[in-house]
Amino acid sequence: MLRSIENLGRFTIRSIEELGYAISLAFVSLKWLLLGKSKKQPVQLVTIAEEIVTIGVHAIPIVSVLCFAVGVMLAIQGIDTLKTFGAEHKVVLGIALSIPREFSPLIVGILVAGRSGSAITARIGTMVESQEIDALRVIGINPNRYITAPLLIAMMISVPLLTILGDFMGVIGGGVFASIELGMNMDAYLTRTLDILVPYDIFQGLIKSVIFAYIIAVVGVSNGFQVRGGAAGVGKATTRSVVMSISYIVVTDMIFTYFLNR
Amino acid sequence: MIETMNKPVMIQVEDLNTHYGDRQILKSVNVTVHEGEIMVVMGGSGSGKSTLLRHLLGLEYATSGHIRILGKDITEISEMEMYELRKNMGVSFQGGALFGSMSISENVQLPLKEHTSLDEKTMQIISRMKLEVVNLSGFEDLMPSELSGGMIKRAALARAIVMDPKLLFFDEPSAGLDPVTSIELDELILRLRDAMNMTMIIVTHELESAFKIADRITVLDQGEVLICDTVENIKNSELNRVQDLLNRRARIHEVDADDYLHRLTV
Repeated sequence: MLRSIENLGRFTIRSIEELGYAISLAFVSLKWLLLGKSKKQPVQLVTIAEEIVTIGVHAIPIVSVLCFAVGVMLAIQGIDTLKTFGAEHKVVLGIALSIPREFSPLIVGILVAGRSGSAITARIGTMVESQEIDALRVIGINPNRYITAPLLIAMMISVPLLTILGDFMGVIGGGVFASIELGMNMDAYLTRTLDILVPYDIFQGLIKSVIFAYIIAVVGVSNGFQVRGGAAGVGKATTRSVVMSISYIVVTDMIFTYFLNR
Repeated sequence: MIETMNKPVMIQVEDLNTHYGDRQILKSVNVTVHEGEIMVVMGGSGSGKSTLLRHLLGLEYATSGHIRILGKDITEISEMEMYELRKNMGVSFQGGALFGSMSISENVQLPLKEHTSLDEKTMQIISRMKLEVVNLSGFEDLMPSELSGGMIKRAALARAIVMDPKLLFFDEPSAGLDPVTSIELDELILRLRDAMNMTMIIVTHELESAFKIADRITVLDQGEVLICDTVENIKNSELNRVQDLLNRRARIHEVDADDYLHRLTV
């Protein structure tokens, strides 16, 4: 009994520590972004650009395919369900609203967490284990300035842009299926979609995507820097990072959806 | 007395106490290193020699005590002062710690890119010069994964000396190397000291290497400085623990029956 209480206490302290560390990473990154130049350690734009290519540009094909597939799936389910009420054509409304508000940011968030969040943790974890982080520090390079800040900025630029791409591909995917199944003209489908959509629908998805980007970067980086115990430690931290990111993304999505739609 | 003892003090460790969690690692450690001196830190596994090195490099926070490097107390100075101080400190880690995503040349140039505003061509020339010093010319475009253990150590040394630092810290230079490569590295260390008048702190447990390169040796045992003296005096020391270390004798512990039982049943 006493041991359980002790373990609970330790877990709570560790969780609070991790939360504090995760939040502090954002402030530290912001500090380096704003004050780096005056401290003779500017955040390198070229590093941010390289990260955007890795996180964003390289994810374009898979985001396109997945969001297109989700659009098709929504159309299949929507038409099938709405058939009961003889309202198949209303599927356009369902797709137009649910893709940008919900599915695109969520799919992109989960995909980037699995693809880049894990890579960030593995990369930093390996650097910790091989003393590369120590080497950076002794050279006089602050690891947060050199690694965390560019990653966080690149993530917060890439994920919303991928979400916009996901919005487009999801709507197209739904449109392709709807036009085949319902004989609807693609032009008419897109015009109807644009009529339904208001900027707030897109904006809602983008707000979420920025939060997801922050979660992925911070969870990935903080797990990477806390790696201990060699290759096994890197493996554990990578798994933990992906599971944590996806869990936080889904729970945050639920909370934000509740508040943004009230 | 060796001649470097009259030269200015470059590193002064005063009454350093450090902890890892609840466990005390270093206990009132005092060490002084003079300009141009090669100080070898020796000790068995768990003696605290790597911890001492990490504290000298400003990678850990001490519980108490002071570490003065080039006259500045690194336990008290600001982030910017430490940043400036690091320009005078070169470090070669045990595993090399070369950045795996960069070529050898990019690794060596990194400190120059961070601390100077030299143009690309000049940095390339400087990095080639340093790679020449460590006999690695022609390897600049290779990635660290393409090098052997000895080459990685030498490349790490080239990166450590690229800024012509006043202080060079070397963690286990001979570890994992064959005897010939190890001897070559020792000679390189001596050449560097003579040519560039560097002050060096070298952590090692290789006796032969230590006796060859050291001006003085600090022997650590269970976090305490057992002895800090010249090679000759260390060899002639009458301290049992020093002789155990020098003659590779196993430690003979007297077993406390109560303590033993407590360890088994706790």
